[in-house]
Amino acid sequence: MRYLPNTDRDRKAMLEAIGAKSVAELFADIPEQTRLKRELDLPAPMAEQQLRAYVGGLAAQNWNVNDYTCFLGAGAYDHYIPAAVSQIMSRNEFYTAYTPYQPEVSQGTLQSIYEYQTMIAELTGMDVANASMYDGASATAEAILLAMATNRRHHVVISHGVQPNVLNVCKTYTGGQGVTFSEAPIKACGTTDVAKTAELITNETACVIVQYPNFFGVVEPLDELAAAAHSKGALFVVNANPIALGLLKAPGQCGADVVCGEGQPLGLPLSFGGPYLGYFACLEKFQRRMAGRLSGVTVDNRGQRAFVLTLQTREQHIRREKATSNICSNQALCALAAGAYMALMGKQGIREVANQCLQKAHYAQQQIAKLPGFEPAFGGAFFNEFVFKTPVEPAKLQAELAKHKILGPIDLGRFYPEFSGLAMFAVTEKRTKAEIDSLVAALEVVSK
Amino acid sequence: MNKLEPLIFELSSPGRTAFSLPALDVPAQDPASLLPGAELRAVAPELPEVSEVDVVRHYVRLSRLNHGLDIDFYPLGSCTMKYNPKINEEIAALPGLAHVHPYVGQAGAQGWLRLLYEMQGFLCEIGGMDKFTLEPAAGAHGEFTGMAIIRAYLKSIGQGHRNKVIIPDSAHGTNPATAVMNGYTTVEVKSDARGGVDLEALKAELDDTVAAIMLTNPNTLGLADENVHVIAKMIHEAGGLLYYDGANANGTLGWMRPGDMGFDVMHFNLHKTFSTPHGGGGPGSGPVGVKKRLIPFLPVPTVEFDGDKYYLDYDRPESIGKVLSFFGNVGVAAKAYTYILEMGAAGLKQVTEDAVLNANYLMAELKKYYLLPYDRYCKHEFVLSGNWQKQRSGVRTLDISKRTLDFGMHPPTNYFPLIVDEAMMIEPTETESRETLDRYIEVLKEIDREATENPDKVKGAPYDTPVGRLDETIANRKPNLRWTKE
Amino acid sequence: MAFPAGYKYTKSHEYIKVEGNTGYVGLTAYAQDQLGDIVFVELPEVGQEVTQGEPFGVVESVKAVSDCYSPVSGKVLAVNDKLNDEPGTINTDPHGEGWIVKVELADAAELANLMDVAAYEKHAEEEAKAGHH
Repeated sequence: MRYLPNTDRDRKAMLEAIGAKSVAELFADIPEQTRLKRELDLPAPMAEQQLRAYVGGLAAQNWNVNDYTCFLGAGAYDHYIPAAVSQIMSRNEFYTAYTPYQPEVSQGTLQSIYEYQTMIAELTGMDVANASMYDGASATAEAILLAMATNRRHHVVISHGVQPNVLNVCKTYTGGQGVTFSEAPIKACGTTDVAKTAELITNETACVIVQYPNFFGVVEPLDELAAAAHSKGALFVVNANPIALGLLKAPGQCGADVVCGEGQPLGLPLSFGGPYLGYFACLEKFQRRMAGRLSGVTVDNRGQRAFVLTLQTREQHIRREKATSNICSNQALCALAAGAYMALMGKQGIREVANQCLQKAHYAQQQIAKLPGFEPAFGGAFFNEFVFKTPVEPAKLQAELAKHKILGPIDLGRFYPEFSGLAMFAVTEKRTKAEIDSLVAALEVVSK
Repeated sequence: MNKLEPLIFELSSPGRTAFSLPALDVPAQDPASLLPGAELRAVAPELPEVSEVDVVRHYVRLSRLNHGLDIDFYPLGSCTMKYNPKINEEIAALPGLAHVHPYVGQAGAQGWLRLLYEMQGFLCEIGGMDKFTLEPAAGAHGEFTGMAIIRAYLKSIGQGHRNKVIIPDSAHGTNPATAVMNGYTTVEVKSDARGGVDLEALKAELDDTVAAIMLTNPNTLGLADENVHVIAKMIHEAGGLLYYDGANANGTLGWMRPGDMGFDVMHFNLHKTFSTPHGGGGPGSGPVGVKKRLIPFLPVPTVEFDGDKYYLDYDRPESIGKVLSFFGNVGVAAKAYTYILEMGAAGLKQVTEDAVLNANYLMAELKKYYLLPYDRYCKHEFVLSGNWQKQRSGVRTLDISKRTLDFGMHPPTNYFPLIVDEAMMIEPTETESRETLDRYIEVLKEIDREATENPDKVKGAPYDTPVGRLDETIANRKPNLRWTKE
Repeated sequence: MAFPAGYKYTKSHEYIKVEGNTGYVGLTAYAQDQLGDIVFVELPEVGQEVTQGEPFGVVESVKAVSDCYSPVSGKVLAVNDKLNDEPGTINTDPHGEGWIVKVELADAAELANLMDVAAYEKHAEEEAKAGHH
């Protein structure tokens, strides 16, 4: 078999060198009662052509965003991925390497992580960033763990405008640690109600969490929320869309202690939900409590600048039961892609992408708002996602638009029972005016 | 030797760009007016200002500073650095897999849902479990999920007071960290002279506060625990459950299954046992499998089949909740799925047999030169100690590893498990040929010779790598974790 | 390896230099040698209560983390802020400038539970021979 280089001749010679008569001897210490005494029941092995045909056949059944025009968002976005990103990710030295525990032969990985950390810190306005976590939701959960380790409090205030999956993951992560959650309500315009949020924050609150823009696409008043959190000694955690940060004021300038979120928009394919990228950044005073890997600068014994995994004593392989988190892997290759994407976009491009998202989304929203029966649900300022009350229920819209090879909208009622009947659209820089006009035309037809 | 590379920020020049965006085709409006009340960035983020030529050269040059599995041997114990099949990469990149939105809906995701459903089934068969979830994104993530399931289950049967988790002294750090994250206290049991869990020590810890034991089998010494079925009985009789850390599953395929050993919950590391790339530290995938009584507690959604269509089941009131926003690192699972389809049952069994043969072959030869603390047949990995070299001339495992780099190979795992002094955990995997193993033996023999005849040479290694030994003290005392513009 | 006479020692390699009803607490030369270069010290708060045998702070080296166990019960009167900028002082002068906290003793009788320098020297020697796990 092609991934098993040794032939029977090799195996025989090796057994002789070991002094065993058969491979079975090497397994003699497995207790009889735990041995598998039959062959595994799996499909017959396939050759490469057959794999392509079979799995390719499964792939062909899915509605991909090359064949369909995507107006879906809700935490995963159809942004344009430059060709150079996938080329870079395909370098064998990057993707077949292990975690850089031997830094002398891992400078490629370590330096690219250091650059990624820098770019994330810049985008978010924070002091430091780590080498990434599994996704935006688990990164937010880690922010709670950091807050709890810092101020030893057990209460979390989280805005109703934070993606429901994020809240779900946060609850699951802290389920065994006696944490209570209070949900801060949103106002009619779609932003978090600052006054009501302030009422929920107590001297037992570890952190206050908002999303920016929030799940409904609306931009949150970060400064006021930060002040409310800090007045009671709670940390202010902002879960932010990294593309939006090309245009919106950085949460670090607005009082955030931790900025984290979903890095998928930074050059990662949609991939039916994963692998994605949890980016995580914080103020310097928290860096020793921050979980996850960190690449730092040092010098080698030849006087050269070099990079190395730093502050490893925070991590589980050393701290064990005293670790803040059990996290081991990061999403290294995804962080590499995000770093490459940010490098390709650069200082100007990141703003340009964000601006195009903003412009196209507003154009789309303004055109849809002209259609009879379509009313904007929230009045607050939105970035590139917006919600409408629709004359036809969202599920029906989805089915009909699919016939026009259009994906969307999101049925908000799936996530928020009180918003049943509301439909959410996302528009990225990838959507052309023609595609948006087709969407509007199709909506008009469907809603008659 | 490849030259070191400046930081991409140091290559920047104001005004250079690498992006390509079409001109805005909708009427432009003033951003401030589109975002009333919101504040815009006053200062652009200090992202690089370089051309695409610069970006590509920079990353290609960086990559050349790395050792990768596609270059040479990488025998890291418990990491299972096996070859990453290229067909897996191509298939995962197919638009019908890579470019599908997670909320595309049931009608538009039948191919994906079927892949995931079948994959769940494959893992059940390979692991001896009743149902799998693909949601956890990594091994440690799977451990957390599995222990949360155990906690939820015990609470549901009125046994929520059980707060103790037993962990062997040979365990990986993620195990106790996971237990504590779930609100448990941990208790360590020592290993016996054969390297398995000491049954007397275990017995002493059993009472009605035991929630679970977390085990790896083969363990981190690469040894099969000869009493695993006894341990299972003891724990179950005490009212606890067993969690299987699947990091070492490459030593089990087709020969033994955690479910048959008595484990209630387990995870697999797809990036270890099932050939998906390590990526420099991720992304991985840590699917979790459970026995029947624990199925209700799995994360939502699960992937189901109604006889006609595949669908996502969110209606699971006893679920522990979600551990990841969407459905898991499914792009990684698709690679592992393809691997299982290529290998088949006999192929997977051969994988384990060759992995075990390769490890024993290395062990039989190397034990002549390096101390082997547990002299019995190993499974897919084994642990040596650098103590002989240390006693002879002060050369430590760290030095031996750094010197190995000069020979173009990656060293084994160092200083783990903690119960062996100067540990070297070696896992060749089945994808290495006898010639490669012989080369590695020669390298270690040479280093042993040097340790006697010229110890300073070993202590000063590496010499032929892009950088030499690093000062980790200053890195940790005065951490510099990002570049800052002057 | 030399340890100061007149200090009292714990099995976990902390010392206390008693002065009346107060004492300077730190890690012994043996402890810092085992840990390697100290990179960070997590100091307790002034005023915090400490208990004999219970952790009062954490010391980190590049590759290891270690709790510091209090030799006595009492209250923290002062912490060695110098260690924030120069944690390596524990390596260079563990028994002097590298003190970690100054405590007020709650019960001087507890000192009887500690070792004197001769007993501690023997203890450190034995541990060194056994190798550490």
